[in-house]
Amino acid sequence: MEVLETLQDILTKYSLVTAFAVIGLTVWVSDFMSEHLTRGRLHGSAIAILLGLLLAWVGGASTGGKKGIADIGVLSGIGVMGGAMLRDLAIVATAFGVRMDEFRRTGVSGILSLLIGVMMSFAVGACVAWAFGYRDAVSMTTIGGGAATYIVGPVTGSALGADSEVMALSVAAGLIKSILVMTTTPFVAGYIGLDNPRSAMIFGGLMGTTSGVAGGLAATDPDLVPYGAMTATFYTGLGCLMGPLVVFFVIRAVV
Amino acid sequence: MAIYGTALLSICLLVGLIVGKLLGILVGVDANVGGVGIAMLLLIVACDRLQQSGQMQPPSKSGILFWSAIYIPIVVAMAASQNVIAAIKGGPVAVVAGVLTVAISFAMVPVIDRLGNTDPEPPQSDIASSEDEE
Repeated sequence: MEVLETLQDILTKYSLVTAFAVIGLTVWVSDFMSEHLTRGRLHGSAIAILLGLLLAWVGGASTGGKKGIADIGVLSGIGVMGGAMLRDLAIVATAFGVRMDEFRRTGVSGILSLLIGVMMSFAVGACVAWAFGYRDAVSMTTIGGGAATYIVGPVTGSALGADSEVMALSVAAGLIKSILVMTTTPFVAGYIGLDNPRSAMIFGGLMGTTSGVAGGLAATDPDLVPYGAMTATFYTGLGCLMGPLVVFFVIRAVV
Repeated sequence: MAIYGTALLSICLLVGLIVGKLLGILVGVDANVGGVGIAMLLLIVACDRLQQSGQMQPPSKSGILFWSAIYIPIVVAMAASQNVIAAIKGGPVAVVAGVLTVAISFAMVPVIDRLGNTDPEPPQSDIASSEDEE
């Protein structure tokens, strides 16, 4: 028993190191599965992300916490490794070696995709909310914000004074979106021409969920990550800006 | 030294985040407006300058390349720390809103791609972006 406790102590004390080891193993298992079970047809990183989500489910189900597998003491380092700080550092690092003119050429389409992406998500989310009986402008805007990203939803909701139940729904909608983008992008990429920097920037602007875009593109083609991430990082800010200022008044005028 | 690269990367991120936050305050929202995107632009410009003046030594590069290479494992860790249970518990409203938004957004990618593609200059080969790296 004492041995187990000592082990637990070390793993918890060095939690970030534990995380590197566990995630490394997960990636290795995924690459092995990719090669031997799917003969390379399903990218190793796509499997790794799916395994990660599965771990998150196990962690959430066993602890009742909000941070997936990172809520388990010895694995808390995974929360640091996958948290915003290191994620953003790594995303910025992917821009190293990228050509400036690539961004310039897609500039206008990128901005267009951002505007369309934000407005469309609000519209779809608000319509779904209406269909399920949430028919006041505040709830519709908040759930619409959730369909943008899981940050836009609660930020919009608290600006408008939405119910906590509606706020929770908007967060859930945003989480579903991010998980779906992470997992389905590699399968859809071929059909929508997502194979060059230009379409990756448009994709990032339309989807907007940084985690979803980052994961989805990583599993599709890691070279495209910086392009998608670039536009996606403007999305949440734009959504938080337009939700309470523009979308709310439009929806209130309509309903 | 590798730390020079990592320090440059970190400074770019911090400056980007500060500018993004200020932009947010300026327009009156409680969110970071494009901080990471601004940081990426800063890094691209800074590396370009340093490389042209020959001040970017290979060891410094490795301080950036490591973080770029560790990106996918970080995304896996990010996936493993998502609140998956809450996403599922949100019920049909959340699921339908999420699924519909994603489906329509996917469908819009080729539409916008075609819209802006009337540029006089056709897109050059995509291979050009990965010259001497890797």
